[in-house]
Amino acid sequence: MTATPWWRHRRLLPLLIQAAAGLAILVVIAFLLGNLVRNLTAAGLLLSWRWLSMPAGFDVAETLLPFNAELPYWRALLAGLVNTLRVVVLALVGATALGTVVGTAAFSSNGLLRRLARTYVELIRNVPLLLQLLFWYFVVFLSLPNGAEAIQLPGLVLAKKGLYLGHTTLVNGVWQGTLRLTLEFSALLTALVIHSAAFIAEVVRGGVASVPRGQWEAARSLGLGHRQTLSRIVLPQALRVIVPGLNSQYIALAKNSSLAVACGYSDLYSVAETTLNQTGRAVEVMLVLLGAYLTIDLLISALMNRLNQLVQIQER
Amino acid sequence: MRAFPMALRHRLLAVLSLMGGLALAGCAGDDGGLQSQKMALIKGRGQLICGVQGTLPGFSSVDRNGRYRGLDVDICRAVAAALLGNPDKVEFRDLNSSERFAALASGEVDLLSRNTTLTLGRDAAGGNGLNFAPIVFYDGQGLMVPKASGITGIEGLNGKAICVETGTTSEMNLADRMRERSIAYTPLKFQTSDQTYAAYLQGRCAAATTDRSQLAAKRTGFPDPEAHVILPDVLSKEPLAPATVNADPLWSDAVRWTVYALLQAEELGITQANVEAKVAKAKGDPNQADLRRFLGIDGELGRQLGLPADFAVQAIKAVGHYGEIFERNVGSGSTLKLERGLNRPWSRGGLHYAPPFR
Repeated sequence: MTATPWWRHRRLLPLLIQAAAGLAILVVIAFLLGNLVRNLTAAGLLLSWRWLSMPAGFDVAETLLPFNAELPYWRALLAGLVNTLRVVVLALVGATALGTVVGTAAFSSNGLLRRLARTYVELIRNVPLLLQLLFWYFVVFLSLPNGAEAIQLPGLVLAKKGLYLGHTTLVNGVWQGTLRLTLEFSALLTALVIHSAAFIAEVVRGGVASVPRGQWEAARSLGLGHRQTLSRIVLPQALRVIVPGLNSQYIALAKNSSLAVACGYSDLYSVAETTLNQTGRAVEVMLVLLGAYLTIDLLISALMNRLNQLVQIQER
Repeated sequence: MRAFPMALRHRLLAVLSLMGGLALAGCAGDDGGLQSQKMALIKGRGQLICGVQGTLPGFSSVDRNGRYRGLDVDICRAVAAALLGNPDKVEFRDLNSSERFAALASGEVDLLSRNTTLTLGRDAAGGNGLNFAPIVFYDGQGLMVPKASGITGIEGLNGKAICVETGTTSEMNLADRMRERSIAYTPLKFQTSDQTYAAYLQGRCAAATTDRSQLAAKRTGFPDPEAHVILPDVLSKEPLAPATVNADPLWSDAVRWTVYALLQAEELGITQANVEAKVAKAKGDPNQADLRRFLGIDGELGRQLGLPADFAVQAIKAVGHYGEIFERNVGSGSTLKLERGLNRPWSRGGLHYAPPFR
């Protein structure tokens, strides 16, 4: 019996083909990168990061971290990132709460509440977010009256100069409060919460609907009320279906926050745009943006995956 | 023996064809000597693609017949006339202030004629890497406030919010001037000028800031233009100029000298109305050497630029000389009624000056 020639070898051949394919892909990537660097060099745009430590020279409207025009660009970008995180975290909490309420309202015994929830979801889901954001900012918040005519609720004053929370007082026609939110921040937060909540409501509704009818009936026959049935029996089981769906909604919310630039809120994207225009370092600024949003979204994914593991049925 | 799997063969084929396609598409061709790639491209296309602002009365906006009008627009038409012999062979693209440089760099537009301030950073290869044509409008940054606010100077804006368009020189000038004067303020930045002025008109900002000519132009579109005043403070020098990319110096030269031709025509008193008569007269008079060269009757100035010999005549026929362009769009013949001021020719106390056509 003659030995099999190597090109007919059952185990070697697939390996060789895979190696060749892998090599081909590497060659393509190397070619693309080489081409990118060559063209960037030719256009005088070779990657450079020195601009990061140069003074920014522009101001940012509202920042949690102290910032002024003398600080370097990286501080401006960091201030923008913190602003993005601030609105994303608050919107996540708000949208989850509102979405859960609306989603479970679809199972309410109250017909009016059920229809209200449906109307809300259909209305919000089918209007572009940018349009909603512009509506909240230009039509709702910028139309607020000032001074004594401002809308006053317990612990909350809505005025053109901003939203005042906590203990509010009117001094010389200007409101003062424990906490002041700018209109830009409030408009973005409102738009993100209202928009994302509609999608989250559908995820929650789907999750609750996935719990077998028998579970509801069993809970009822044990004497539990509607609210108790929902919170003790149905929702814990529904979470297994809800959490994976929530993950993508949360990621979408984080990315949608970059629409802030339309309503004048200084988020990461807005600061990056100014930076891009003043430094001319388009590729670098885009890389920073890509990296930042990717990191935020991967973090959200990681947390949600961990949560997903916790709510799944523990197999024994 | 095992046959070469079919699916794998298909995959390999796909990879190979992909590589071929990328190799063809990804490589940038080398410049072939004195031939301008951009000009060849425009001639081949039969149309100049010009990036403009699009919503700025006087500089570039669409009139009720759907036709673009304005000073920036006329520069595009003059260049199209000089290169292609027809001022209507222009496609206009509206660009916002953050898009404009990327659109030019990527070749989406051939020429950027969009009230863009010439600065070192934008000109330098290490910055935006643009190539600027001569300045077509000398401007300065100003502040507009509602008349009812009672604010009369920049100091009155202490602690107030100011609306500004993001990605403009206005943003940085504002920061510099306010820092010099130690005036605290909140910059509210919007992506488009429409959003900026909508927020200003809604009363979110005590003032809006940009170039003074732009403020005057935008004000004409307000529900009550009389209710807004432009403060006397001038925050900066804003020389506005058309721009091309650095990579094609021949194309940049063609644009540069087309703009100079418009300035030169005003100095020589050649108007849209009398240009034909001037050409006829110069043809019959061999002693007028300067004029004959400028009008392309003698010499080869046009050919040296890669343009037709009569490029200046074509440009003037299309839009008139610089003074006519100014008066028609932003001066006495327009709703803006701007003073010529620094935009007069040098011979009348202004800053516009064309080098010799020889």
